[in-house]
Amino acid sequence: MPRMHRALATALGVALIVYTTGTQAQGQYGVGRTATPAEIAGWNIDIGRDGSGLPPGSGTVSRGREVFAQQCAACHGENGEGGIGDKLVGGQGTLSTSKPVRTVGGYWPYAPTLFDYIRRAMPQNAPESLSNDDVYAVSAYILNLNGLVPNDTTLDAKSLPSIKMPNRKMFVADPRPDVKTPACIKDCSVSGH
Amino acid sequence: MPDSVDAKNHAVDTSRRHFLRSGVAIGGAALAGSIATTSHAAATETSNLPPNIPKWMKVPGDPMGSQTYGTPSPFEKDVVKNISKNLPQYLSASGRTPLQELDGIITPNGLFYERHHAGVPTIDPTQHRLMLHGLVERPMIFTMDNIRRFPPESHIHFLECSGNPGYKKPYGKTASDLVGLLSCAEWTGVKLKLVLQEAGLRADAKWVVAEGADAAALTRSIPIEKCLDDAMLVYSQNGERLRPQQGYPLRLILPGFEGNMNIKWLRRLHVTAEPTYSREETSKYTDLMPDGTAREFTFYMEAKSIITRPSGGQRLAAKGFHEITGIAWSGRGKISRVDVSVDDGRSWQEAHLQEPILTRALTRFRLPWHWDGKPTVIQSRATDETGYVQPTLAQLLAVRGENYFYHNNAIWPWRIAADGEVSNAANA
Repeated sequence: MPRMHRALATALGVALIVYTTGTQAQGQYGVGRTATPAEIAGWNIDIGRDGSGLPPGSGTVSRGREVFAQQCAACHGENGEGGIGDKLVGGQGTLSTSKPVRTVGGYWPYAPTLFDYIRRAMPQNAPESLSNDDVYAVSAYILNLNGLVPNDTTLDAKSLPSIKMPNRKMFVADPRPDVKTPACIKDCSVSGH
Repeated sequence: MPDSVDAKNHAVDTSRRHFLRSGVAIGGAALAGSIATTSHAAATETSNLPPNIPKWMKVPGDPMGSQTYGTPSPFEKDVVKNISKNLPQYLSASGRTPLQELDGIITPNGLFYERHHAGVPTIDPTQHRLMLHGLVERPMIFTMDNIRRFPPESHIHFLECSGNPGYKKPYGKTASDLVGLLSCAEWTGVKLKLVLQEAGLRADAKWVVAEGADAAALTRSIPIEKCLDDAMLVYSQNGERLRPQQGYPLRLILPGFEGNMNIKWLRRLHVTAEPTYSREETSKYTDLMPDGTAREFTFYMEAKSIITRPSGGQRLAAKGFHEITGIAWSGRGKISRVDVSVDDGRSWQEAHLQEPILTRALTRFRLPWHWDGKPTVIQSRATDETGYVQPTLAQLLAVRGENYFYHNNAIWPWRIAADGEVSNAANA
């Protein structure tokens, strides 16, 4: 190969490698492509318990009451008392009784999870259809129904994570195996049936 | 309809059999363009029995191409998913595998249990993408063709819903009613580890948040140790592509972990330093203790077994020989032993474990038994390779109380009455 051609081929080769590095990942298999920041921003809707990932915007309890009546009440009841959908209100003090009621106010450990779940999954017939402002508003209204924020509250990315959920300290790690039984073979106690 | 263990085929009533036979004959005639009439429908019950030649030997059967995707015999039309008729809604709901009707350890794809939280999406695989981002060197996007280029593996594992069943009466009547949110399949896909390594994990990567492309965008956090161990990105089940109900075109399989974590319709993996504390790992799928505390991140399904034959809803037609058979499984590894009691728990004998005995898969057990015709209670008890022994319901309730709801792996006793009827003794 003449020298000039070789130089051109080398240059092309370098250019190809540079191009490849820009768009193809460099893993062992070279499979897949790099995700752009815009693509990730469009898909990543995860909210951390500390509020990380919460978007700009805000919503009031009164706006939340309107949105809730239109979008949520059919399944969750006018005042969050439940129906086809979960009961959202009350339940404090019931968790150690024979009829525990697990609600947002009575059970959920972190308020930002409310924004995360409403935005990704609610309303059931049209998830991801509410504006961020309206998700903040509905979150504010549900927390207000539970007596956790006052009527004049406006929630945003800063105030939502600061709400103290009453049941936060009640979650514990998995200690299983928690039942240890020797395997009896003979003269065992009858199972009682 | 109660199922007679010894004479199942005879349990099909005459009118239904005639109806089915007529339907098949008409379908066959239409395709073959010849013969077959419904006149044989009037034949007596014995016309196909010795010494007579059965009618299906006297005419050709259905031609090639009658079914381009095979379905079970019309005589098996009652073997279907067990779906309650009284659910508050059917978008977030579950349907059970008819365990007592199945043999071996593999669940047919059409009978695999279902649990979804916002219906079953219809996803075009050419428009499906898996995004991998967060604490990685290179955030990435994969097409389904990309995923299939990674070296695949196939493994047989069970999948079980965490709430299978609850702790409160009334308990189910059949094995399916009790623990039918359980199935087992051969899964084919790529080890999640390979895909994570392709993107390069950062040192602070401790969890992976997986998200489905369903209308619930269902999200669970998975510890990185599991992701780098036996977790798989799966696209095929029992040799064919996943069914839509099982996450087509791509799902997670986390062997031994509770069902809902095995995210279906998988579209995103977010590598993080801590769990996301999604609704499905705080409000749901946490285990409430009697003192009001709740256990979180309770991943493993512990060792469990159930006798599927004879079991609730069936009937022993006569005393004498009956094999007792069932299935055992453990999220923590292989089943090492199954004991069976035929005297209400007074004594136990070791059952035969049928090969293959695979880690985190259903294992079939068998015990020959002669029923003396007297009422009794039979039950099975699994031990896994960690030495863990399946507990009784009373032992579980003593520690966990009735509010626990998930992870009930109790021994389930079947009562056999003098007339051979089998029922759930735990409901007594």
